[in-house]
Amino acid sequence: MITLFCLLLPVLAAVVASPLTRKFGHNSAWFLALAPACSFFYFASHLPEIANGEVVTGGYAWVPSLNLSFSWFIDGLSLTFALLITGIGTLIVLYAGGYMKGHPQQGRFFAFILLFMGSMLGVVVSDSFLMLFVYWELTSITSFLLIGFDHTREAARRSALQALVITGGGGLLLLAGLLFLWNISGITQLSLLIHGGDLVRESPFYLAALLLILGGCFTKSAQFPFHAWLPNAMEAPTPVSAYLHSATMVKAGVYLLMRLNPVLGQTPAWEILLPFFGGITLVVGTFLSLRQTDLKLMLAYTTMASLGLLVMLTGFDTQHAISAAVLYLVAHSLFKGALFMVAGIVDHEAGTRDVTRLGGLGSAMPITFGAALLAALSMGGLPLFFGFLAKEEIYYALAGGNPRAILFTAVAVVGNALMFAIAFAVALKPFLGKPVKTPKHAHEGPVLLWLGPVVLAGLGLLAGLFSSVAHRFISSPMASAIEDRPVQVTMSTVPHLGVPLLLSVVTVALGALVFWRLAQARMLMTKFIDALGPGPDRAFDAFIAGLVKFSGAVTRFVQPGRMDVYVTATFVLVAVTLLVPPIVYGELPALPAWPADVMLHEWVFLAIAAIGVVAVLTASNRLTAIVALGIQGFAVAVLFLLFGAPDLSFTQFMVETLSVVILALVMTRLRLMPSDHRPLLEKLGDGTVAVACGLGFMLLLLKATQGTFNNSLTEFFNAYSKVIAHGANVVNVIIVDFRGTDTLGEIAVVMITGLAILALIRIRSGSSTLKPRDNDPDAPEGEGA
Amino acid sequence: MNTLIFRTVAPFLTALMIVFSIFVLLRGHNEPGGGFIGGLIAASAFAIYGIAYGVAAVRRALWFHPLSIAGAGLMLSVVSGLISAFAGVPFMTGLWIYPKLFGVEVPLATVISFDIGVYLVVVGSITSIALALEEKDDA
Repeated sequence: MITLFCLLLPVLAAVVASPLTRKFGHNSAWFLALAPACSFFYFASHLPEIANGEVVTGGYAWVPSLNLSFSWFIDGLSLTFALLITGIGTLIVLYAGGYMKGHPQQGRFFAFILLFMGSMLGVVVSDSFLMLFVYWELTSITSFLLIGFDHTREAARRSALQALVITGGGGLLLLAGLLFLWNISGITQLSLLIHGGDLVRESPFYLAALLLILGGCFTKSAQFPFHAWLPNAMEAPTPVSAYLHSATMVKAGVYLLMRLNPVLGQTPAWEILLPFFGGITLVVGTFLSLRQTDLKLMLAYTTMASLGLLVMLTGFDTQHAISAAVLYLVAHSLFKGALFMVAGIVDHEAGTRDVTRLGGLGSAMPITFGAALLAALSMGGLPLFFGFLAKEEIYYALAGGNPRAILFTAVAVVGNALMFAIAFAVALKPFLGKPVKTPKHAHEGPVLLWLGPVVLAGLGLLAGLFSSVAHRFISSPMASAIEDRPVQVTMSTVPHLGVPLLLSVVTVALGALVFWRLAQARMLMTKFIDALGPGPDRAFDAFIAGLVKFSGAVTRFVQPGRMDVYVTATFVLVAVTLLVPPIVYGELPALPAWPADVMLHEWVFLAIAAIGVVAVLTASNRLTAIVALGIQGFAVAVLFLLFGAPDLSFTQFMVETLSVVILALVMTRLRLMPSDHRPLLEKLGDGTVAVACGLGFMLLLLKATQGTFNNSLTEFFNAYSKVIAHGANVVNVIIVDFRGTDTLGEIAVVMITGLAILALIRIRSGSSTLKPRDNDPDAPEGEGA
Repeated sequence: MNTLIFRTVAPFLTALMIVFSIFVLLRGHNEPGGGFIGGLIAASAFAIYGIAYGVAAVRRALWFHPLSIAGAGLMLSVVSGLISAFAGVPFMTGLWIYPKLFGVEVPLATVISFDIGVYLVVVGSITSIALALEEKDDA
C-alpha cells in the first residue's frame, strides 16, 4: 500500500504542480521536491532487507481472467534504479526551480518532469509485462513532451518527434518481444520469468524474441545506429537533459537488458550482439563527442558512449563484467547528472554553452567549478572516486588473453580515454584560463542551481571513499539480481598493482594527451566524420519525408475526392461479394416454382413496385425519380405488412418518407442539373453494376429461403420475451432488452452520423476558409484561424 | 410548398404526428412500435413543420438544438444501461418497478427509459440533418 503510494507520489505532485507554481513561483520547487524525496526515503528504508537478498513484492489483480496484474517486484536492480530516479529526481526538481525561474510555463514543466518520474519509476519496479510496457511507453511520451517543451522552435519540435518515432517504434518491438516471451514460457511476470530462463533459451523462437527485445532496448538506450535522437534531444531544457537523457530514461534499455540477463543471457547470440553494438556505440559516441564545442552536446555523445559501454559489459556476461556494469551505471548517473547541471548553470549564468567562447569563470563561480571538478574526476576514473572503481572493474573484467578480450579492451581504453578528455574539457575549459567576454556577466548561481551538482558530485567521491558500504547496499544486491545468484562486489579504491591498473594508467595518459591537444583532435575528428558522409540523422529525415510522400500517394489513390469513384467502387465490391462465392462454390439457388396462390391485391402491390422502378429509370427529372423510388419503397412496405412484419413495414414507411424528403432537400442544395446528363456508355456501366447488385441480393435471398429454416431463436424469443422481459412485442424486446447493447452502439452511430452530416453541410464549398490552426496552445485566441 | 392549405394543416398535422409518435413509442413494448419508429415519425413531423413555416420556426419551437436532444437521448440510454450496474447485475439488464399511481399499477422499467433514449437520438439526429438541409444559404 505504501509502495503504491510512493509509486504514485510523483504523479500526484504533477497534478498540483501547475497551481502551486502559479501561487508560489519558482519556490514551489521546494514543495514539489518533497514528493520524490519521500519516495526516495521510503525506498531507501528497504535497503537493508534487499541487501540480505530479500525482495519486496505486492500488487493488485487487474484483469484476473487474462492473468494480468498491476504488481511490483523490487530487488537489488529495481531498488538501485528507484533510488537513482527519486534521488536525482529530487535534485532535478530543485534545479529546475532555479533554472526555469520566471519561465511562464514553469508549472507545466514541473508537471511533465514529475510525470516522467512516475513513469520511469513504474518501468523499474514493474513485475507484469503489460505494466512494464505501459510505463515504458509513458516514458517515451513524457520524453516527447519534455524535448518539445520549447515548442515554438522548429528544432525542438523536430527533435521531440524524432525521439518519439525512434523510441516509440522500439517500444512496439519490445511489445512484440514480450509477447514472444509470454508465448514461449506462458509467464507474464518478470519475477517468475527470471527463474525460467532455460525454457526461453531452448525455444526455437529465442532468437526472434531476443532481436525484438534488443530493438526496444537499443532504441531506448540510443545504441548505434539508433542514437541520432539522443544528441538532438539536447534541445530540451537542461534539467531534462540531466535527468532523462543521461541519468534515467536512456538507461531504461540497459535496465531491461540487465533484468532479462538471466533469461536471455548466456547464449552466443547475446554475447556477440551486445558487445558488438555496445562497442561500436562506445567508439562512435566518443568520436562524435570530440568534435563538438557545445557543452551539452559533448556530454550527450559521451552519454551515448557510456550507454554503449554498459551494453557491452552486460553482454560480456561474466561476473566481473556485470559488477563493472553496475558500478559504472551508478557512477555515470552521479557524475553525468552533475556535469549536465553544471553545463546548464554555465549556460544560465554566462549566456553560452560554446566551450570555445568560455573561460576563466572559476573565480566567479567557485561552487559550480568545484562540483564540475569533482564530477570530472569521477568521470575520468581517477582514484578515490566511484568512477575509478568502475573503471578498474571494467578492465578487470575485460582483460584476458584471447583476441576477443584484447579487442574489447582496446575499445574500452580508447573510449575511456576520450571520455576522460571530454570530462576535463567540460569541467576545466569554461572555468580556467583567462576570462573571456561572455554574453552575460557571469556570477555564481543561486542555491537551487548548485545544490544538485554539488550533492551528486560529492556522492561520487563519498561512494568511492566508503566503497564497502556502497557495495554492501547497492552494488552487490544489484549485481546479484542481474546474475540471479549471490554476487559480492569487492573492488576498493586502494589501487593494487596489476593489468587493470596498468590499463588505467594508459587510459589517463591517452586522455590527458587528447585533452592537451583538444583543438587539433577536434579538427581531425571533424574532417574524419565529414569524410564519412551523412549519418543516421539525415537518414531519419529522408525516411520521414519518404513516408509522408508514400502516404500522400496512397491517399491520393484511395481517396481521389470523386463521389462517383467511391460509389462505383463500393457497389462493385458488393456485387463481387454477392456473386462470386455462389458461382465459384456452386451454391446457386434452385429456380423457384411459380407461386400458385398469389392474391389479387398482392399482384397489385407488386405491380406498383415495378412501376415505381420503371418510373425511376425513365424519369426525365431527378426529383421525379426520387419520388418514384419512394413509391417503390412504399409498395414493398405494404408487402411486408401483408406478410406479417408490421414493425418492419412501419419502419420502412417512415424511412421511405424521410429519405424522399431528405434526398429532395439535398438535391435543392447541391444545385445539380435537374436531369441526368451521363453519356450512354457511363449509364450502361453504372446500370450493369446496379443490375449485378440486384441479382446478387436476389440470389442471396432465394438461397436463404430455400435452406431449412432454423427457428430455435424464434422459439427462444417467443417463449421468453414475455416471461423474462415482460414484453409481448418480440421485435421491440429484442431491440431494447435482449440485444440492448447492440442498440446502444447503433444509436451512438446515428448520433455521430448526425454530427458528421451537420459538419459536412456547414462546410459549404466556396466558403471553405477553414485553415488548420497554428497548433500553438499559447497563441492568443483568434490568431491563425 | 407553402400553399395556404398546407400552411393551415401543417400545425395540426405536426401536433397529431408528435402525439402519435409518443403513443407508438410507449406501446412498442407489447404492440408494433417502439423508440426507433416513434423517432422517425416525430422527425417527419418536424420536417413537415419546417417545410411549411421555415427552419427558424422549428428551431424556436424545439427550444433545444436538435443535436442536444440527440445527445441527451444517448446519455439517457447509457444511464439506463448503467443503472443495472448499481443493482449488482450485468450492464443493460432490464429492471422493473411497479408503483401504484391513483390505484393503477404502472409497470416502469429501465427498458422504457432506454427506448425513450433511442427515440430522442433518432428525432434529434434526423431533425438536425433535415433542418440543416432546409436552411437556405444565408451565410
